[in-house]
Amino acid sequence: MNAPVNPHAQARAIRIAVLAMGGEGGGVLADWIVSLAEHGGYIAQSTSVPGVAQRTGATIYYLELFPRAAAEAAGRLPVLALMPAPGDVDIVIASELMEAGRAVQRGLVTPDRTTLIASTNRVYAMTEKIALADGRVEDPVLRDACRTAAKRFIACDMAAIAERSGSVISAAMFGALASAGVLPFAREDFEATIARAGVGVAASKRAFAEAYEVAAGRAPDTPLPDPRSRKAEILAHRPPPDDAAALEREAADALPAEAMEIAKAGIERLADYQDIAYARLYLHRLKAVAEADRAHGDGSFRLTSETARHLALGMAYEDTIRVAELKTRASRFERVAKEVRLKPGQILEIEEYLHPRLQEIAETVPAWLGKAMLRPGALRNLIERLTSEGRTVKTTSVRGFLQLYAVASLKPWRRKSLRYTAEQDHLEGWLAQVRATAATDYALALELVECRNLVKGYGDTHERGRASYARIVGLLPRVAALATPAAALAQLRAAALADETGAKLEEATARLGLA
Amino acid sequence: MAERSFKEEVKSLYLGDGDEFHGEGILAITKALLQAGVSYVGGYQGAPISHLMDVLADANDILEDLGVHFESSASEATAAAMLAASVHYPLRGAVTFKSTVGTNVASDALANLASGGVKGGAMIIVGEDYGEGSSIMQERSHPFAMKSQIWLLDPKPNLPTIVDMVEKGFELSEASNTPVMLQVRIRACHVYGRFKTRDNVRPSFTLRDAMENPVRDVNRIVLPPASYLHEKEKVEKRWPAAIKFIEEHGLNEMTDGDLSDIGIVLQGGMYNTALRALELNGLADAFGNARVPLYVLNVTYPLVDAEFVRFCAGKRAVLIVEEGQPEFIEQAVNTMLRRADIQAKVHGKDLLPMAGEYTGAVMKDGLGKFVALYHPDAVAGSGAPPEGDNRRKAAMAALDGKVHGRPPSFCTGCPERPIFTAMKLVERELGPHHVSCDIGCHLFSILPPFNIGATTMGYGLGGAGAAAFNAPSDKRVISVMGDGGFWHNGLLSSIGNAVFNKSDNVFLVVDNGYSAATGGQDILSSHLPNPIRATRNGIEKAVRGIGVTWARTLTRTYDLKAMTRTLREALTTPEKGPKVIVAQSECMLNRQRRVKPLVNQAIKDGKRVVRERFGVDPDTCTGDHSCIRLSGCPSLTVAPNPDPLRKDPVTRVIDSCVGCGLCGEVSHAAVLCPSFYKASIVNNPTPADHRRARFRRAVLGYLQRRMARKAVAA
Repeated sequence: MNAPVNPHAQARAIRIAVLAMGGEGGGVLADWIVSLAEHGGYIAQSTSVPGVAQRTGATIYYLELFPRAAAEAAGRLPVLALMPAPGDVDIVIASELMEAGRAVQRGLVTPDRTTLIASTNRVYAMTEKIALADGRVEDPVLRDACRTAAKRFIACDMAAIAERSGSVISAAMFGALASAGVLPFAREDFEATIARAGVGVAASKRAFAEAYEVAAGRAPDTPLPDPRSRKAEILAHRPPPDDAAALEREAADALPAEAMEIAKAGIERLADYQDIAYARLYLHRLKAVAEADRAHGDGSFRLTSETARHLALGMAYEDTIRVAELKTRASRFERVAKEVRLKPGQILEIEEYLHPRLQEIAETVPAWLGKAMLRPGALRNLIERLTSEGRTVKTTSVRGFLQLYAVASLKPWRRKSLRYTAEQDHLEGWLAQVRATAATDYALALELVECRNLVKGYGDTHERGRASYARIVGLLPRVAALATPAAALAQLRAAALADETGAKLEEATARLGLA
Repeated sequence: MAERSFKEEVKSLYLGDGDEFHGEGILAITKALLQAGVSYVGGYQGAPISHLMDVLADANDILEDLGVHFESSASEATAAAMLAASVHYPLRGAVTFKSTVGTNVASDALANLASGGVKGGAMIIVGEDYGEGSSIMQERSHPFAMKSQIWLLDPKPNLPTIVDMVEKGFELSEASNTPVMLQVRIRACHVYGRFKTRDNVRPSFTLRDAMENPVRDVNRIVLPPASYLHEKEKVEKRWPAAIKFIEEHGLNEMTDGDLSDIGIVLQGGMYNTALRALELNGLADAFGNARVPLYVLNVTYPLVDAEFVRFCAGKRAVLIVEEGQPEFIEQAVNTMLRRADIQAKVHGKDLLPMAGEYTGAVMKDGLGKFVALYHPDAVAGSGAPPEGDNRRKAAMAALDGKVHGRPPSFCTGCPERPIFTAMKLVERELGPHHVSCDIGCHLFSILPPFNIGATTMGYGLGGAGAAAFNAPSDKRVISVMGDGGFWHNGLLSSIGNAVFNKSDNVFLVVDNGYSAATGGQDILSSHLPNPIRATRNGIEKAVRGIGVTWARTLTRTYDLKAMTRTLREALTTPEKGPKVIVAQSECMLNRQRRVKPLVNQAIKDGKRVVRERFGVDPDTCTGDHSCIRLSGCPSLTVAPNPDPLRKDPVTRVIDSCVGCGLCGEVSHAAVLCPSFYKASIVNNPTPADHRRARFRRAVLGYLQRRMARKAVAA
């Protein structure tokens, strides 16, 4: 019969869980830890359920390390587990922020025991990506949960480190693990492990070294450049300084300070989109809303600033002229070269996937011609035949560039197009309704402003958005009669963005008793 | 060419007496087979056994050196039938497949094999696919063993025990003239560990010996009256022989503990989790010394009554740890103890869940409860996870609904994706159709973003699953099947059946050149040559051979226009009989593995190489993400909108893009937006390339400056 055991007096295996997605090198990291441990006087066991890791699935690699000396002293081999038990994991390493969240949700991370080492980059889940608007889970929610659940939370953007080092994220994760000091091995042992594996050693060591410093807070945690921090190409062509400055001064006098940042961006956008007169029209329209805001608002001036946003986007609608102009700019060529990581000595060619249809063409040309195109007849048939299929245009070739250049040159005639008239009418109608609604229900007016977000895109997407918008605005008088009109409108707007078929919008309409 | 190469790892198969093996479970099993002097090996891939098949394929030279024949079987039925070689001859043979899906397919052969019995050791190594990561069917192999009376080994999940049980299993099979099944759970297949090796054994009696000196014994054939005798023989001879062997060789293990009035009986495969659960309850140390007596069943069928009686005698209670349902062992133990009039109370499914995986948490809870019932003071509260801890609970609650699932999905550039995009586009025109699915990567189409498919009935049974819908209707049913499923079972069960029964439906065969879902193994119609197998046997030829008249092969699935046109035609043609579309393009995962090194070498060698990838212009993207919904490519993602006026994230193509072109095709076909562009990056451009580029830069630069001037002047 065995003597009663006191497990707390005994050696304990170090338990490590690695959460990663297919192709991220979770397996490589597990192999490195095994090799590190075996060379450092430990017995190592690792296992995983690899089938699902392929093809973008998430998986957990699980490792246990046991001191060989303790096993030899006991004269027995330890029994090592093949899967983590909640509350029993010493180290959790996650390759991505939501995977760290997954570890927390599965109970693997506990405040008394677990050091959570996570990369803070996001690889969005399919459900986040397919949303019609913004379906992303907010980073702070995930971070806070990690911080709350872990004994120690070590986080930095390891994907950025890997990218900068020309390596893979597993090497950065290994560096962060070494830096955390939670394993009984020295930095040199970790680096020797990378060298033993013998694949991409130099790059892996660079990523390891940077992560080692960053994870410890000795070097700045620099994410990859945020696209917001650089100037969008849209703004690359600034209007003449004096004109714009004059208009901006005028805006500053007439608009509340809270709305100025967006209004300024709007003025620049529209001067670039058409001309300074168009920007002036924008300001004129916005002033009227600001007046209504002053009269009926709550002092936040959200109505003015949100209208400033949606009005600018609505006035700078994407027609073929705009697309052609944006696609042919020098700054755009530079951006593409950067995005595809063009190296010196390589040549870049760009082919656009375009599908202009009769409708878009007819709306772009002067109104008389547009109407003629839309009338049933030979001209219409010809254009329809020519545009039945999408086309590719090589903008880096002279011939392709000239095609788009010609379309972009139609800009001075834009005001004479069918689309221009239709868009301005639509916007005027929307603004009038916003002003009128603000007088009776400020919150509802704000929601009505937000409804403009439904109208976006091109082709089918645009038509669908227009239809949802029309449907919702059509319901407005009846929505206003409900107990909480603003909340109801917000629900309808969210429902319109919940699916492509409009089924969710109809459901919401019925639920609110508006059907 | 399989997804993972074991060329380096298989070198450890040469280890000899007294060496130490380091590696994965599957490799250890292969080594054990060679140490046991196996003559032939077959099998069918499928997780978790795919890698075992890949190891064997990569070890083909080593196997040939030892005179061992290895086959990639056409199906699990083929593999099981292969064991017929051990019926009359003293040949040791092993086959392997995923269970229970594979065991279902193999059942016919297994029943016949088990009926007549074997002379040489016959082993079926099943990858028990139960619990997390299980792709299909939360079923167990246990009842298969029971119904055919095949002995079931369920070794402790450490390499020394697994290896030992392979060798003992052959001996057990020969001692009892019965095939044995060795069950290895998914984590055990992939567990990295160590064991002391022995020399490989060259079989003393070879396949050639058998072929040149054929033997037959009518009494081994499953035909009356011999088959009546088989049942008698099973009960009267083979079973007692097996029991005797198991007892004499101590295949099951019993350990003592100071809490001797209770005991735990467990499946061998549950050992490590159970011991950890005891450790967490303060009832065991790290070395497996437990305070509760344990009876570890490395053989879960047949059970040895005498051992149970010995273990349970004088105890107040025992707990049976048996994962999955029904609880066969628990039921059997109750009968045994009643017969022996032993009063120990039998716990099992009352303290542990009836169904589902016995994870660390489940076991800790169940085992703790059991011991606490009889020795409340023995179960430690400390060292346990802080169940009442508010911080952990708060964190978990905060994440409710925030952690999204990541189901497996089509890879970047997967050629199957355009097929489903085409189906979505045709659906817009012709309305939705009933879609019958099959097993394989293409089954990911049932998940977002495609949401296509209604049922899946089994491998190669996509077409058969639509068989009832062979009635007059204005709409046809579409069945989808992969090339793997097609050769496994589909040619006859789905296509042949449709021809014979004059079905009018549409049958889509996804021909990506490999059994891609199981790891990219070659199959009959693989498009590339394979030195040890006969490939390049076309699917259209096969279906025409069994009577299909309307068959179309598309050689580039990325051609969305052709794909939609063909689908539309198949759904609307007045022609009678099954409409078979073979949609071909190479599995991108395999293609990249094959082509990438060649391309990199060519670039290094200074050759002109053009790499294509796609991109999205963020200033024309409006953040609607239709493109992602119609494509679902992992290289399409969302990114913060660089436009300060917009909030919704834009679509971005990340550098993993392989330039398959689907997103461009989709934006054309669905008239999405003008944001997609294809970038062609010319490596090592020629002087002519440079001249052309210089000329273009000059002209375009002039025009761009002119455009900028006009903008300022406006």
